[in-house]
Amino acid sequence: MSGFLTVGIMKTAVELGLIYALVAMALFISYSILNIADLSTDGSYTLGTAVSAVFTISGHPILGIFMAMLSGSLSGFVTAFLQTTLGIESILAGIIVNTGLYTVNLAVMGFSSNLSIFGTDTIFTLFAGDNAFLNEWGVVILLSIIVLLLCFFLKWFFKTGLGLSIRATGDSPAMVRASSINPTFTITVGLCLSNALTGLSGSLIAQYNKTADINLGTGMVTVALASLVIGESIFGKKKLILRLLGVVFGSLLYRSIIALALRLKVPTEAFKLVSACIVALAISSTKVKELLQYSRLRRNAMERQKKEGEKHA
Amino acid sequence: MLSLSHIYKTFNAGTIHEKKALQDLNLHLSSGDFATIVGSNGAGKSTLFNAISGSFLLDSGSVVLEGEDITFLQEHKRSKFIGRLFQDPLMGTAPHMSIEENLSVSYLRASHSSLFSRVKKKDREFFREQLSLLEMGLEDRMNHPVGLLSGGQRQALTLLMATMVTPKLLLLDEHTAALDPKTADKVLELTRNIVEERKITCLMITHNMHQALELGNRTLMMDQGNIVLDLFGQEREGLSVDKLLELFMAKAGKALDNDRILLS
Repeated sequence: MSGFLTVGIMKTAVELGLIYALVAMALFISYSILNIADLSTDGSYTLGTAVSAVFTISGHPILGIFMAMLSGSLSGFVTAFLQTTLGIESILAGIIVNTGLYTVNLAVMGFSSNLSIFGTDTIFTLFAGDNAFLNEWGVVILLSIIVLLLCFFLKWFFKTGLGLSIRATGDSPAMVRASSINPTFTITVGLCLSNALTGLSGSLIAQYNKTADINLGTGMVTVALASLVIGESIFGKKKLILRLLGVVFGSLLYRSIIALALRLKVPTEAFKLVSACIVALAISSTKVKELLQYSRLRRNAMERQKKEGEKHA
Repeated sequence: MLSLSHIYKTFNAGTIHEKKALQDLNLHLSSGDFATIVGSNGAGKSTLFNAISGSFLLDSGSVVLEGEDITFLQEHKRSKFIGRLFQDPLMGTAPHMSIEENLSVSYLRASHSSLFSRVKKKDREFFREQLSLLEMGLEDRMNHPVGLLSGGQRQALTLLMATMVTPKLLLLDEHTAALDPKTADKVLELTRNIVEERKITCLMITHNMHQALELGNRTLMMDQGNIVLDLFGQEREGLSVDKLLELFMAKAGKALDNDRILLS
């Protein structure tokens, strides 16, 4: 096995898993907590890469990270504004913003479809410095710190008055109407926070790959949803911190599966189809289980009837 | 305390579905009043509650609560001082959040704390204390999700949430109608205790005529978007259900036609 999946391959899987875990955490906020399918995720992820790349090229990788988060949350704000104040269906609001972001992203990258950032410092090279160990493992360490910090921040946040109100907004719209929670406000804060995480993930991948591409975000929402669903089905839906760590774990597992598929020489073109199948399977699993159970019950009942019929005959 | 003057509300105006839900409705409640409301089907009872709590804007008229004109105040801002319970016990609580978290939501919002304040140990003690008053054993299940509770338990919890920080006005929209008789009595008793103890001004819609006369100090009867009968004091004391129906007949010019009342 160690020969088949080398340390290098697994390390890359962990690094990518940690970066993509941030998008899965973003969807945890919008999809699991607010009960909104935020389809602007692809666009705001690419926005994060574009903004981060531009700042990194001009020599400000750290500022690039924060600007990417800020622009991500701005995009989330627009999505929220469309669906709360202007009353556009939430899925449609996401699609509209996603479409608009394509042009915005191109504009950020100076109307070229990709940017290369070789030769300048990234937060990873800054973190590693001249240390040999950090040059090897620095990326994993830095990403783990970021992801863990955010997990504990979210755990803390969702127990505050505002965090609890956001959870209630997604859980019981009727209750929110009768309580003093302003759903416009809670949905806006939730989507800003969620898209800031998406932007952060995009900004990290840009500096990690040292490149930004206009099509990088395509299908991101499905991939992140796969991680989210894998995590929630393994870790359950009990404690908040466990759910968050489960999402991270799901992302790591998903990347490992992809690494395995790569070793098995599955063509990269097939990946989007594979992730689509994983998501569809995972989300429908409870219903499929129910259907199987139902057909088994029916078969048993019919057999019993047949036996009794034979007895009487 | 609460003054509604010349309230009009028409739904689907100008279409064949036009419904004049409230027509020149006037109501004045004094502080500490507990009024029950009965009325025929479609008389506008729930619409009246929606008007007070701000689910829609009025066509005309004004709503004044404790001297403050709240006619154009947004619904969520009014909810800070108006508590509300619905018939459906599922509507007042968040099913996937724990009992403690549900209580925290209303407690943190109503106690004017900052956005990022959290529930402290002493607040948790307060929740336990309040829950034990319900005598449903909920104080030992604070971490259970509310979705696991029965309808009666959820309604009792909603009542607790609505009154945790004493509201200026409490609106009860047939809040025991969906519960079994025994649980309904229990929730009603809790309601009576809480309202009387803290002298909360309260409006309660009911289809139970006995309740309408027994509970509170005032009985309102509604028909066709208006209050046709307002009974309190001596006039209300010792009134029988039959006599009440007779009075309604005399005022509204027809018998009370509420299928739920006839069935109960």
